[in-house]
Amino acid sequence: MGEGLRDIWVYLAASPLLALTLTLAAYQMGFWIYRKGRLNPLLNPVLFAVVVLVAILTVTDTAYATYFEGAQFVHFLLGPATVALALPLYRQIERVRKSALAITVSLLAGSLTAIVSAVGIAWVFGATDEILVSLAPKSVTAPVAMGISEQLGGLPSLTAVLVILTGILGAALGPFLLNLLRVKDMAARGLAIGTASHGIGTARALQVSEVAGAFSGLAMGLNALATAILLPLLWNWLF
Amino acid sequence: MIFYLTLIFACQLAGELLKAALELPVPGPVIGMVILFAGLVIKGGLPEGLAQVGDTFLGNLSLLFVPAGVGVMLHIALIGEQALAITLALVGSTLATIAVTALVMNLFGGSDRQEAEKTDG
Repeated sequence: MGEGLRDIWVYLAASPLLALTLTLAAYQMGFWIYRKGRLNPLLNPVLFAVVVLVAILTVTDTAYATYFEGAQFVHFLLGPATVALALPLYRQIERVRKSALAITVSLLAGSLTAIVSAVGIAWVFGATDEILVSLAPKSVTAPVAMGISEQLGGLPSLTAVLVILTGILGAALGPFLLNLLRVKDMAARGLAIGTASHGIGTARALQVSEVAGAFSGLAMGLNALATAILLPLLWNWLF
Repeated sequence: MIFYLTLIFACQLAGELLKAALELPVPGPVIGMVILFAGLVIKGGLPEGLAQVGDTFLGNLSLLFVPAGVGVMLHIALIGEQALAITLALVGSTLATIAVTALVMNLFGGSDRQEAEKTDG
């Protein structure tokens, strides 16, 4: 990069506009490819945008903190978007009420599986304690997962990254696995995706079916609650 | 439209306040979701304007995860050192969680067998 160009970049990088525009543009491009690929879950737009943005920041030697100063305005909207998950839930209230027991049992089974299998596999393959704690709440929506990780002595920012990766994995691989298992019921599919891969899975589920989206959003909320209570108990009991 | 946007923000704010006051382990926005849901149940209907605002948020939900996801660049070295354990744990655990949750739910007969739709969600 020439000196003049670099000056312009430094000037622009100091305002939120550049980071915001880049975030929207990278996502837009990712979403366009995702649509062109007929919503193939492997073409996850979040994954595409993250890869493109990390490449741009690395090449231009821009710090994540500088980027986040602008991108935080997008990040902030996660809060109101989570509140808005009440809508699909309300639209599906009859179904939810009919299967309250099934939801509770499935969710607890899924929540425990998420914690035990993540920590178990990583432990077998020699991960350090720091990684194990940061990994334990990986299926829970980012703000809660970070809180749990911090409480148990993990690295909250690493947890945030593992949470996002889990979300992308669940959204990308979940549909294939569910087809393989011949699970056709949209409620069961949504509940499974939401329990394992929180908001990113829910975003994907909403694109496919209103029922799956509602159950996924419900599972995300309930798993946040279940893990926030179960994980600290389990952790203190084990270690 | 601004009215319903305000309503959503107010639910989140109420959620944050409740979380702080009662020291709940759940994040404010999730409590906000419960508050809005309760409100809809009490009111017994979903106003058109709220549906518009809410569906705009939900239609673009995945975009909102991008800034946090880019944070992966901060931890590339640490993740690289233990890449095998982390990759296997993430993939294995995510698949196991999806399988267990879906199969247990199916065991109960799902939400409603007759209405099951066939797509690839």
